[in-house]
Amino acid sequence: MNRDATASAPAIDWVGALKDAFFTTIVLTAILGPFIGLLTVQNMEHKLVLETRWPLLASLVAVVVGGRLLLKLFVWNRPTKTKKAPFALPPEVERVAAPFFIGLLFVFPVVILSTLGAGGSIKWIDNFGIQILIYIMLGWGLNVVVGLAGLLDLGYVAFYAVGAYSYALLAKTFGLSFWMLLPIAGVLAATWGVILGFPVLRLRGDYLAIVTLAFGEIIRLILVNWVDFSNGYAGISGIPRPTLFGIPFTAADNGFAATFGLEFSPIHRTMFLYYVILALALITAFVTLRLRRLPIGRAWEALREDEIACRSLGINTTNTKLTAFATGAMFGGFAGSFFAARQGFISPESFTFMESANILAIVVLGGMGSLWGVVIAAVALVGGFELMREMDFLKLIFGSDFDPTQYRTLLFGFAMVAIMLWKPRGLISTREPTAFLKERKSVSGSLVKEGHG
Amino acid sequence: MSEPLLSIRGVETYYGNIIALKGVDMDVHEGEIVTLIGANGAGKSTLMMTIFGNPRARAGSIVYSGTDITQLPTHEIARMRIAQSPEGRRIFPRMTVLENLQMGASIDDFAHFDEDLKRVFGLFPRLEERIDQRGGTLSGGEQQMLAIARALMSRPKMLLLDEPSLGLAPLVVKGIFDAIRELNREGMTVFLVEQNAFHALKLAHRGYVMVNGVITMSGTGKELLESPEVRAAYLEGGHH
Repeated sequence: MNRDATASAPAIDWVGALKDAFFTTIVLTAILGPFIGLLTVQNMEHKLVLETRWPLLASLVAVVVGGRLLLKLFVWNRPTKTKKAPFALPPEVERVAAPFFIGLLFVFPVVILSTLGAGGSIKWIDNFGIQILIYIMLGWGLNVVVGLAGLLDLGYVAFYAVGAYSYALLAKTFGLSFWMLLPIAGVLAATWGVILGFPVLRLRGDYLAIVTLAFGEIIRLILVNWVDFSNGYAGISGIPRPTLFGIPFTAADNGFAATFGLEFSPIHRTMFLYYVILALALITAFVTLRLRRLPIGRAWEALREDEIACRSLGINTTNTKLTAFATGAMFGGFAGSFFAARQGFISPESFTFMESANILAIVVLGGMGSLWGVVIAAVALVGGFELMREMDFLKLIFGSDFDPTQYRTLLFGFAMVAIMLWKPRGLISTREPTAFLKERKSVSGSLVKEGHG
Repeated sequence: MSEPLLSIRGVETYYGNIIALKGVDMDVHEGEIVTLIGANGAGKSTLMMTIFGNPRARAGSIVYSGTDITQLPTHEIARMRIAQSPEGRRIFPRMTVLENLQMGASIDDFAHFDEDLKRVFGLFPRLEERIDQRGGTLSGGEQQMLAIARALMSRPKMLLLDEPSLGLAPLVVKGIFDAIRELNREGMTVFLVEQNAFHALKLAHRGYVMVNGVITMSGTGKELLESPEVRAAYLEGGHH
């Protein structure tokens, strides 16, 4: 048969399809006959009698055979698709994608506010906007360690906790402001990153994962048990909120609303927190992108590729690993102190292994090393969970006891399995090279995407 | 004769409790191509790695350019202008050819990057054609070229090559050996570990034969090529 003709208009093989339907009917009747067609029931004298259900059997067989026939005729006979080129946005789209996305993030709270009003929009800005941005930032921070340097870290939440408790304790004890303590929390978290880094310098893969997992638990257990220091399970409440250059977001006379002649509304603080975390997240992305182009970032990536080769090229792998841990931990610390400032209350409950697993899932599902991938995965996982809270209409279908959030882990698991099946390297698996010889850039475009290494 | 550039004396290396090198003595003089041949598992690659301090020698000394490097960490040895194209090439598969070469130049602070790039592209024009392609998508021969080119980017005085002919077609091997000869003509000292004894001995000024972690024979390339023991063990029945 002419190949082009089949490709453009697949001929329908009626005879073959009918033959197939015939055999399917026989097989199906043989299998289902005893199960569906025959039924034993007890009669009044408690004796078993045989009943037949031929119409039910016939309708089931008809559904299956009919469905198979339709599939055979219109779906399965399509020409097999040629292997698609890896997904790539057109260059014009790619160029404007990042500015467009960032612009969207900047106007998001304004749009929400103007459509839903002050009352209705807090939930959307806080639960969706701020929550997702925190996870994007954590994902980008962990991405330095896992995605770039290739060091599997299962205890990342420890640095989040260090940042949160640093801010909470220092702010309550010494009365320092959020903006003073933000860098201090980052430095403290980075220090802990180095402290974790030293014992695990020689470890890789599974062994590294186990030790980092243990580290995360140690930090959490210290926070639980050292009650004098961290107040244990009870946590720390009344953590000072961040201010705008000293102007607090309160209803007081020196508050934000009064200073700018606005009517007091809690939405002001929510908006402010949104822009703070947005700025922090963008700083994380910017620093990551810059570092990738510097020798240290390149060394991280080379370390991920081949540690022995790195050493024989004169790269100090000890320093490279420690800087990766420290940099990742620092961003975790920033995010942690923001978290403490936003919540006003923290307890060890917020820093369980599940958090580490979520952040790691965001990085892995997104595609190791890809900033865009982390964004997409964070929006899908965190935003998806928040959306489930909104799905009250499901109660109409499944009854009032139905709580969609209970199925979160199940869906999470499905998402994991699905992505690992279809996109085992994560949603965005192509790696942007960091260097081009300028005059060659146009020539190289097609070559770069070839195959995968 | 003047001081050798690399001098190995009584080096013993262990993997755990198993001894791999049983007191190796070897010299490489400036401007030479020296080859080390031997069967699989003789300890050739172990010696190469021991020079780079990974694994570290438990006894003996390795002196390079007048400095004892036996106890130095690997990355500091690499900074002494001694470069290595390791066994299995070990290029960075997800990084492009250019990025791989950048990694090679890490030690040199990129002061001579463009100049060195031109030099290695002169030696291996194929790499220039592949400059923005990812390392993992190169053919075996191209990967070997990249591994050598990457080593050269650090402007070494001495180049260690571990089995550059491994798994490559004869024509490609010839190209790589020609490149090594060309490098040597420009003044590069080369220490070449090879199983392909015939080609290696033809190329090298001097050679050593290693059996079970011990050097059993040494001499000029020509002497070894003509020696009956070497012929019987490494050359007959297989090579040309």
